[in-house]
Amino acid sequence: MTTAALPGRLARWWDGDLAYAFRHSPVAVVSGLVLFICLAAALLAPWIAPHNPFDLATLNLSDALTPPRGLPGSKPGYLLGTDDQGRDVLSAIMFGARISLLVGVAAVALAVGIGVSLGLVAGYAGGRLDAVIMRAADVQLSFPAILIALLIDGIARAVLPREAHGEVALLVLVIAIGVSNWPQYARTVRGSTLVEKNKEYVQAARVIGVTPGAIVFRHLLPNVLGPVLVLATINIATAIVLEATLSFLGVGVPPTRPSLGTLIRVGNDFLFSGEWWITIFPGAALVILVLAINLLGDWLRDALNPRLQ
Amino acid sequence: MNRMKAVLAAAIVAGALSAQAATFRFADQGDAISMDPYALNESLQLTLMANVYEPLVGRGKQLELIPILATSWKQTAPTVWRFNLRKDVKFHDGTPFTADDVIFSYERAKSDGSDMKTYVGPIKEIKKIDELTVDIITSEPFPILPDTINVWFMMSKAWCEKNNAMAPVDVRKGKENAATLKANGTGPFMIKSREPGVRTVFVANPGYWTKVESNVTEAVFTPIGNAATRVAALISGDIDMMEPAPLQDLERLSANPGLKVLQGPELRTIFLGMDQSRDELLYSNVKGKNPFKDRRVRQAIYQAIDENAIAHTVMRGAATPSGVMIAPGIRGFPKDLNTRLPFDPAAAKKLLAEAGYPNGFEVGMNCPNDRYVNDAAICQAVAAMLAKIDVKVNLMVETKVTYFPKILSRDTSFYLLGWTPASYDAHNQIFAILMSPGPSGRGQFNLGSYVNKRIDELGPQIASELEQQKREAMIHELYKIHADDIGHIPLHQQALAWAMKKNIDLVQLPDNFDFLKWVVVR
Repeated sequence: MTTAALPGRLARWWDGDLAYAFRHSPVAVVSGLVLFICLAAALLAPWIAPHNPFDLATLNLSDALTPPRGLPGSKPGYLLGTDDQGRDVLSAIMFGARISLLVGVAAVALAVGIGVSLGLVAGYAGGRLDAVIMRAADVQLSFPAILIALLIDGIARAVLPREAHGEVALLVLVIAIGVSNWPQYARTVRGSTLVEKNKEYVQAARVIGVTPGAIVFRHLLPNVLGPVLVLATINIATAIVLEATLSFLGVGVPPTRPSLGTLIRVGNDFLFSGEWWITIFPGAALVILVLAINLLGDWLRDALNPRLQ
Repeated sequence: MNRMKAVLAAAIVAGALSAQAATFRFADQGDAISMDPYALNESLQLTLMANVYEPLVGRGKQLELIPILATSWKQTAPTVWRFNLRKDVKFHDGTPFTADDVIFSYERAKSDGSDMKTYVGPIKEIKKIDELTVDIITSEPFPILPDTINVWFMMSKAWCEKNNAMAPVDVRKGKENAATLKANGTGPFMIKSREPGVRTVFVANPGYWTKVESNVTEAVFTPIGNAATRVAALISGDIDMMEPAPLQDLERLSANPGLKVLQGPELRTIFLGMDQSRDELLYSNVKGKNPFKDRRVRQAIYQAIDENAIAHTVMRGAATPSGVMIAPGIRGFPKDLNTRLPFDPAAAKKLLAEAGYPNGFEVGMNCPNDRYVNDAAICQAVAAMLAKIDVKVNLMVETKVTYFPKILSRDTSFYLLGWTPASYDAHNQIFAILMSPGPSGRGQFNLGSYVNKRIDELGPQIASELEQQKREAMIHELYKIHADDIGHIPLHQQALAWAMKKNIDLVQLPDNFDFLKWVVVR
């Protein structure tokens, strides 16, 4: 690919069906924009955030529990107030969103990857392989996600040397949440595959001698992805909350590097006492983020569904 | 005229005293795990059972020793204590309380499933002198025996035999016997019904051996785990009293015209410990040596922590900064040592440089997040304060279920712990935390393995010294050595916070005991 070809490709994509549908859906444009702003704020946090809440040396307890601007007792420099440790809530949201998004997206991607592959194989192959994969999924569904996550963390701690624990904490979180969520995708995809595999286009492909691998990934996969996309967008939110729970149990990131989920959970304790901003602002940020992802996912499913066009 | 006044006054007093019989509904964050008084050595369990079962020697409103089932006691030889038992005391089932029950309770408390072994551990045997007199013989001279047995409750031999509950069973392993759900003590209250985890109903004991202040005829205990739900239950009037009240809600609760908040210092001291025995810390970037072995480093950590800010902001004022490892109220508390080293980050920085760490170092810190009041927040504040002297703390915060096994196996470099001397005497802490780790539980909670030879010498002497003044002097010397060494870093005594309706009068003891016999509903 030459550099000159890139604008050409972009232009072609811009004129394509998908981009056309995007431009003509106000919901998609708005949620796309919101998501873009959220991502930009999170990614650029080290450069644009007013404070660095992860740098402990800059925290001051005397600034703790400052209310947001405009309320009595507020201090300049803390637009959304501070939490119980003196962290600027706005900065904490931006930095926390980095962790939450990373964990949420990566964990869901892992779960989708495992779940969709296994579901396709199970649905297409059928027979004994199907039974084995689905029973494995059933077994795992019978355990709560937290238990599996704790198990994986326990194994990681036992296997890895002490010094490495801190560095791999995020990775462990991603794997733990990802692995604990795959059965949902596998079941969804298997169901769709069972329906799709008897349709004419699949039979046609089989008749002309397309290999099973190619049938599964080139013909079946695009047609079973719809529900998966919706499930995935919802699961990003669940993964972010699960991350907070696991961090509380000591598996994930330390409280000195709070994620969005941790901020909300810690802030919940202050809801009754009047320091609402500690939990409301991170909560609102999470709602907006998840809503944007959900709406985009909805739109994408519709845009990709030929029957709805 | 005077006489009439007196009669009138007496009538008023009598009227006030014979207040209406009342129901008292109270809630806590947890439940007792069993109705067996030897099932678990934990304060909530014991405070609930203390209404039903009674010890020989109890504690009064000022934590002073008071006679309960023993009317008097004295040391007749260095290893012998004679206890005279109270006459005409009956268990709830009507059987009289005698010396045989004391001996039975001793055997039962030291049996396998019992969690109260430590309390009867120093006792070698109990001899029956007559029906209402026993001699308690200890293996070593034990001058503070009466101070240490206030939660060793007396059980009925006949009842346990009849109900086949001769030994306590471990409820945590799913075992049960008659004593798990039923109770037969001598106390002012009896168990009317018991639904574990749901509610426990107490009723006043009509045949109690003395008159009690309380006008409570029925008390309903409900465990409510979630703090916000507990607060809501109190505000809505579903319960009359609850503990603990969340610190961040105290202001709102006290502002409510129908409620009041009772706060007081608790006997528990929160402190930080440092690994001073390994040649290299488990969790640190300093290799080949252990920075905490250097007293200057320990002092630097100490002086970099602004405890007043922690007490004021993190604890919202509900904490008393402490310079000693024990609280006022514990026997032996060295009052003149209770000043903290000044908060001075500049001096701390200098000490670190002198010790060879001009650029600080990294260390892992372990902390629970659901054991002590705002424990995780304290650790975060400490981490932020240490960051200012370039000591980078990698905080590992986790739930108590995983935290305690980890630090008790000494898999830590730097940790937070709280301690209440169970016997209200300094020796309990000296033995468990300040002395070097050794046999039979010595230094069991000295998780950083702080060692000072003189402290190890003084410990056993304090245990067996009979003369109070000499003993206090030795305790003082020991705490002075510990403070000079900075063996641990004391932080504060957390405050108890209970919330209740305005018409409830009760006594809040610093050991977090709440006796129904002192509850008056007006």
